[in-house]
Amino acid sequence: MKRFLTLGLPGLLLLLFLLSLGSPWSPILELAQRDADLAGAILLELRLPRAILALVYGAMLGASGAAIQALFANPLASPDLTGTTSGAALGAVVTAYLFAFASPFALAGGAVLGALGALALLLLLAGPRAEAATLLLSGIAISALAGALTTLALALAPSPFAFYDAYAWLMGSLADRSLNQALFAAVPAGAALLALWRFRSPLDSLVLGEDVAQSLGHDVRRMRLWIICLTAVGVGACVAVCGAVGFIGLVAPVFARWFVGGHPGRALGPAALIGACLLLGADVLARTAPLGRMLPLGVITALLGAPFFLWLVAHMRWSLSR
Amino acid sequence: MKPTVTGTDLALPGRLQPTQVEIAGGQLTCLVGPNGSGKTSLLHALSGIGRPEGEVRIHGRDPRRLSPAKRARLLTYLPATREIAWPLTVRDIAALGLDGSDVAVRVSAALRLLELDNLAEHRIDRLSTGERSRALIARVLAAEAELLLLDEPTANLDPLWQLRLMEQLRRLAREQARTILVAIHDLEIARRYADRLLLMAGGRIVADGPPDEILAGEPMARIFGIRRGTDGWEPLRPPADPRSLL
Repeated sequence: MKRFLTLGLPGLLLLLFLLSLGSPWSPILELAQRDADLAGAILLELRLPRAILALVYGAMLGASGAAIQALFANPLASPDLTGTTSGAALGAVVTAYLFAFASPFALAGGAVLGALGALALLLLLAGPRAEAATLLLSGIAISALAGALTTLALALAPSPFAFYDAYAWLMGSLADRSLNQALFAAVPAGAALLALWRFRSPLDSLVLGEDVAQSLGHDVRRMRLWIICLTAVGVGACVAVCGAVGFIGLVAPVFARWFVGGHPGRALGPAALIGACLLLGADVLARTAPLGRMLPLGVITALLGAPFFLWLVAHMRWSLSR
Repeated sequence: MKPTVTGTDLALPGRLQPTQVEIAGGQLTCLVGPNGSGKTSLLHALSGIGRPEGEVRIHGRDPRRLSPAKRARLLTYLPATREIAWPLTVRDIAALGLDGSDVAVRVSAALRLLELDNLAEHRIDRLSTGERSRALIARVLAAEAELLLLDEPTANLDPLWQLRLMEQLRRLAREQARTILVAIHDLEIARRYADRLLLMAGGRIVADGPPDEILAGEPMARIFGIRRGTDGWEPLRPPADPRSLL
């Protein structure tokens, strides 16, 4: 298990990253022999930003999913099910269409505010150690509200492209992003990931409840505030560039905990790696599926993630009824 | 006996009135009092839970200034709840928050002491409540801390384990000079094992002394509303007729 974690996962990640840049059966190799400049431009300007975004966004979703699950002591919490990503999408859309700010700074700021708002609302509705049902219901309510408001903002928008954009914001897409845009997501998300890393062992001490964590000297209130802010910043910055992508934040931590004996805090690192692998894999699939056109990324993650979610709920119910 | 742990002006707003407390090492001190009298609050204040006011010194050191790893060697706390959110193994639960090169050895020894060695690799959520309690107690023993704060450690344990645990705690206090404070409801067990009793009511310590003296004292009867009869403890007044409540 440990060897797979230290060698296998990073290896798989590297393989998927390279695959995302160009597979052996892709026409780009052929093109490189005929027109090296064009092939280079495609690699650098189209595929590299896309691969970086998939890597960073996936890692951010995985790690923030693990952190939120540990914080709420609930394996069903994740940035999408708690409404964080929809809140971020709403923030970005409102900034772009209602206030007509198009600079990436403003978009990212709007998305971060939206994500913060959603998480604050969740904490208010569900409480710090929420039961699964309360957490999910609050998350559904927040997601539905944010989704409706996003659609409303786009319906009121003056731009004729708004409906195409709505699709991209709500389903998520990594296509046609520039290297600059990729860095705009990667820098805040990278910083948030590094900062989240510090909370691994405090999050593990929460297994025995807030009291025990406090008796060990962890300031639980401050930790909660930090994790919520870091998640909002990281996920918000990624959503501002790529839109909302579902289910990775739910699935990655569950797999990650298998590798670390169930420790929710220690799962942070593996969850980031698994999240990155999942999103890179999903994007490669979206691009190369033999359907003649590119598939929406969010559809692929949802198609793979939703059955897993169903299994998780059934499994929880089964272990509760035992 | 010289106190090893002192709490000065310890208070938790609404739960614990400003309290001075000194606890000596080498003794088992038990904390008794009715529901809501502040037993858990005093344990919380000593272990730094819920932002308590006042100061705590353990062997002259302020736990608030220490890193979690160093603090775990100074004080350890057993909560009254047996709820554990994640399905870790018994061994992993017993090692949670502990640090040092010898953690594995300390955990194994504690598990052996509580006869959990054959359950060590089992998931905690598949055990009975009593076994789960023992796993959490194993963590407290494996910490090998100077100050042990235990909130109702005998709850959920069968009678034999209740006695064995208290025996073990008293031995730990006497042989290794640890400072141990146990909140407990069973007055007979407290009388039998405690070297000193603290009686709490209304968020303050109202009586302090040897168990026999405290349990026979006037505050005891007034606060609990019970007295020692020929057949064990009995209520001062007969309970209300249920029909009169209708």
